[in-house]
Amino acid sequence: MIGLTHYLGVAAALFVIGIFGIFVNRKNVIVIMMSIELMLLAVNINLVAFSAFLNDLVGQVFTMFILTVGAAEAAIGLAILVVFFRTRGTIEVEDVNVMKG
Amino acid sequence: MTYADFSIILPEFSILVFAMVALLVGVWTGKDARATLILWLSVAVLVLAAASLAFGGGPARTAFQGMFVDDAFARFGKVMALLSAAAVLAMSADYLVRRGLMRFEYPILVLLAVVGMMMMISAGDLMALYMGLELQSLALYVMAAMRRDSVKSTEAGLKYYVLGALSSGILLYGASLVYGFAGTTSFAGILGVAQEGHLSLGLLFGLVFLITGMAFKISAVPFHMWAPDVYEGSPTPVTAFFATAPKVAAMMLFARLVYDAFGGVVSDWSQIVALLAVTSMFLGAVAAIGQTNIKRLMAYSSIAHMGYALIGLASGGVQGVQSMLLYMAIYVTMNVGTFAFILSMERDGSPVTDIASLNLYARRAPLKALAVLVLMFSLAGVPPMLGFFAKFAVLAAAVNAGMDWLAVLGVIASVIGAFYYLRIVYYMYFGTEGDALDTRMPAPQWLLLMGTALVMVLGIANLFGLEAPALAAAQALVQ
Repeated sequence: MIGLTHYLGVAAALFVIGIFGIFVNRKNVIVIMMSIELMLLAVNINLVAFSAFLNDLVGQVFTMFILTVGAAEAAIGLAILVVFFRTRGTIEVEDVNVMKG
Repeated sequence: MTYADFSIILPEFSILVFAMVALLVGVWTGKDARATLILWLSVAVLVLAAASLAFGGGPARTAFQGMFVDDAFARFGKVMALLSAAAVLAMSADYLVRRGLMRFEYPILVLLAVVGMMMMISAGDLMALYMGLELQSLALYVMAAMRRDSVKSTEAGLKYYVLGALSSGILLYGASLVYGFAGTTSFAGILGVAQEGHLSLGLLFGLVFLITGMAFKISAVPFHMWAPDVYEGSPTPVTAFFATAPKVAAMMLFARLVYDAFGGVVSDWSQIVALLAVTSMFLGAVAAIGQTNIKRLMAYSSIAHMGYALIGLASGGVQGVQSMLLYMAIYVTMNVGTFAFILSMERDGSPVTDIASLNLYARRAPLKALAVLVLMFSLAGVPPMLGFFAKFAVLAAAVNAGMDWLAVLGVIASVIGAFYYLRIVYYMYFGTEGDALDTRMPAPQWLLLMGTALVMVLGIANLFGLEAPALAAAQALVQ
């Protein structure tokens, strides 16, 4: 029987993979954006699982908001990435280093 | 019911409608012909909204089933955010025109960010919190990358975007845990569940994730790494905006979250907040010493100042929140003045941000140098200036809350931090002869620089009566 803890476990695993994807990845900014989406989807799984478990619709409404805002966020991120590519000619993570820090 | 709800969000709604109309006008006329007009109209709209909130008064109200809270605390924060945004817009007009950056999108993005901030300050629900935060952040990401042909600006935008999205993800994960273990997303509902001694492990994890996300937004150490790069890379008017209104909004949201939703478990979060305060103060003070770029220096300065404001929050109680509100009000005023000066720093018509370029500035422009001296002393917390009273208020709150160690560490950090503010003053008065800065300064910048410097001196009489509204705001938050 699949219970709440299984869903939470999957979500936690996805979330951690997302965070590691951002910090460990040294290749490509697109991969970072995919990692961010992974984190948001982990949150959505959490919310939907809780919503079903609690018999409460609020969690699913919250998920809808996150999906919508996540799409807008990805669009803006890609737009910034395009602008960055035009000035630098690369989207390698290691080349995002004009300023130290 | 809908009518009552909309009458409560009238200031936000008016700004939003104006932003939409301005967007249509901007697109319709094309080629940024109306950009300057839209900018000054935006300033007027922001000031009008601030005035209507400041003089509106009335009891605390909620709209949309408690999602949106309108109380004295929200009004105090909104007036601060609106006025600082208006001031930043007014002083950046000349800079934008001269650098060819005057696009009609700029004031519109500022307006949308401000609406997001007002949503944040008034949030009464985790969903409202998230929507407000994202409305603000999405506008800010775009603004950071506004200078599209500059490597630094686009890189700043990219870094801000990646770390901002990461922090939103962390915050959301916390929100999902809180929802699951409290069974509700409304702050009032969470407050009922999260009581001393009954805090479940899931809620505690959710609280920690939420605080982490908020710490990113106010750039508290150890979640500060985006701030120096974003401040340095963004165009200076955008940096000025980052350093003022969004900080106020994020700090207000932080306070609202920990009191409205987790006010029953003060001892659980106050230690975390105190730790954030100490690390922010010290890193802000130490890391700024080696900086030669004034925008980067201001980034570390703002990190340190957020640390002091967090002392007020960590102290808890009405006095703690009141001191935090006073600190933020004074901080925003100081930063508006300082950035008005930084915006005017140029040599042969092109902007400079090197601190060494201030050498012997006092000989060429004694009055402006004096105003900057007052502001720097105030930022450092030297006694006759208002900045001292801001620091005094938070430290007194910490002592009264029995957190003497926090107050002692705050004093030590402020002594270290004084070095780099005084170094700027030293360069201006006793530096060596070098390439001279232009002394040109447009009227709005001059007025804001002199006005804020004057406020820093005159305010010591009675803080312009700010204490009473701050107290009312703190009492509205802490029941």
